[in-house]
Amino acid sequence: MTTSAPAALNTTWPVSRRGLVRLGANVGAGLAASQVMNLNAQPAKIPAATDAVMAPVLMPIRLKVNGKSHALTVDTRTTVLDTLRENLNLKGSKKGCDHGQCGACTVLIDGRRTNSCLTLAVMHEGQDITTIEGLSNGDALHPMQDAFLNHDGFQCGYCTPGQICSSVGMLNEVRMGMPSHVTRDLTATAANTAANTASLTDEEIRERMSGNLCRCSAYPNIVAAIRDVAGVKTVASAFAVPTGEGVTS
Amino acid sequence: MKAFQFERSSSPAGAAAAALAQPQTKFIAGGTNLLDLMKLEVETPSRLIDVTRMGLDTIDAAPNGGLRIGAMVRNADLAADARVRKDYAVLSRALLSGASGQLRNKATTGGNLLQRTRCYYFYDTSKPCNKRTPGAGCSALQGYNRMHAVVGASEQCIATHPSDMAVAMRLLDAQVETVLPSGSKRVIPIADLHRLPGTTPHIETSLQPGEFITAVTLPAPLAGRHIYRKVRDRASYAFAVISVAAVIDAPGAVVRQVRLAFGGLAHKPWRVPEAEALLVGTTLQPPGAVYSASRAGPVEAAADAVLKGAQGRGHNDFKLPLLRRTLHAVLTST
Repeated sequence: MTTSAPAALNTTWPVSRRGLVRLGANVGAGLAASQVMNLNAQPAKIPAATDAVMAPVLMPIRLKVNGKSHALTVDTRTTVLDTLRENLNLKGSKKGCDHGQCGACTVLIDGRRTNSCLTLAVMHEGQDITTIEGLSNGDALHPMQDAFLNHDGFQCGYCTPGQICSSVGMLNEVRMGMPSHVTRDLTATAANTAANTASLTDEEIRERMSGNLCRCSAYPNIVAAIRDVAGVKTVASAFAVPTGEGVTS
Repeated sequence: MKAFQFERSSSPAGAAAAALAQPQTKFIAGGTNLLDLMKLEVETPSRLIDVTRMGLDTIDAAPNGGLRIGAMVRNADLAADARVRKDYAVLSRALLSGASGQLRNKATTGGNLLQRTRCYYFYDTSKPCNKRTPGAGCSALQGYNRMHAVVGASEQCIATHPSDMAVAMRLLDAQVETVLPSGSKRVIPIADLHRLPGTTPHIETSLQPGEFITAVTLPAPLAGRHIYRKVRDRASYAFAVISVAAVIDAPGAVVRQVRLAFGGLAHKPWRVPEAEALLVGTTLQPPGAVYSASRAGPVEAAADAVLKGAQGRGHNDFKLPLLRRTLHAVLTST
């Protein structure tokens, strides 16, 4: 049976769908054997030894996450995000785009906000990784978590852990006097002072948070939550009428 | 992503020698571009060498009155450095206009220089691309080429270099310090680091196999107003359609010295000394002056020089008038 089948159909080189249809039609029409042989003469695409797929490379690592040290063995390809989610069962950090474009995976590494999808676990031995799970102290929420709840800074919530980790890292950057694209005077704030966050404008918050996308578009409430934690005196809060709550007579 | 071996190197010369000894090796620092490309299998190294644990992460005064920036200095730290903010504001501005807060925290000075084009077809392994597969053909020539180059391109490649930082460094005439696998050092003027595509678009820099960037040195500061104007499709976190870096020294509106460099135009940061010379001695229009395409003046002459030989490819034709208008806006800004 094998020997009588048209030789061309036994090749492994890629034949496009259209080419295959044409080939079939030609064979059906009694195409001369020499032409079939000619088609068969095209170089077969046989994987060369150098194309061989390398076996996964495993490495033992020690990662410190939310103050706890973990000894793990990971494939060298594993990102910090996948390690958190798949090895350590910390599912708070979310995989959105997996290409550093959406910010849903943002965690703090040595206090700096980082896209955990775009960095390898094997590169972070000895560093402090803080995820959304590590921001709260048991049931006591981090002020930024509280603020997102109070200001309704989300709708579906998928981007929220990344938004919160990013905003915590962002306020640290502001406190240290780091400028942004919309900072008018680059030389104005260099000192590390809490006063830097209190003067944060909405324009600054939006620019500095541009690496975190929210497809529900909860941006106004996200900005309000961050403004609150930053200690910005807004027009509304500055002129708010005291409710008398908490006042004892 | 293809599997790879992972190693750490503690010295630049050691990393360079190791990379030369085993082809298909890539250095990894911030990894924000490399890992993105590896996930798409545009890059398929069989070994990564982690170069983040060998120092090279400080910014120091240089003997020439400038600054020496270690290759591992993060983009966020470089932009925030008090000396850079004061004396090299154009560099600080360029860095702050690029990427996001998270990415600037990770991306390094050396890696930023070596990032790859964001040409859609380079990223799409189902499409021919001469950068990925020499001789395969260029999909962008006849394809959707809105982001692509209008000067210095070739029939083999019309990709642009995506870095903002490199445009400012080109304006500043930065020097790139490297170590070769032999252990010897060399200094490459940034003008010579990136290449035009020509018939070999897959060879993007003048670095030799294994050669490792250790630092970038800036000359003494330039007097004048430092500006980085980036035109892009959204207000933040997007690559430049066109960018103009400028340092303008014009007391009383008469140009004493000016430097200009452009992003989004070419396969490398673009600089045309002739355009700068045409502006020296001329009087700048007052701030906010309205652009007029018909006005024949020094700014139009300078734009002509920048766009000499320029060729739109269809979707990117708008870059030619946009460059003229953006240059006008920069030279009439306050």
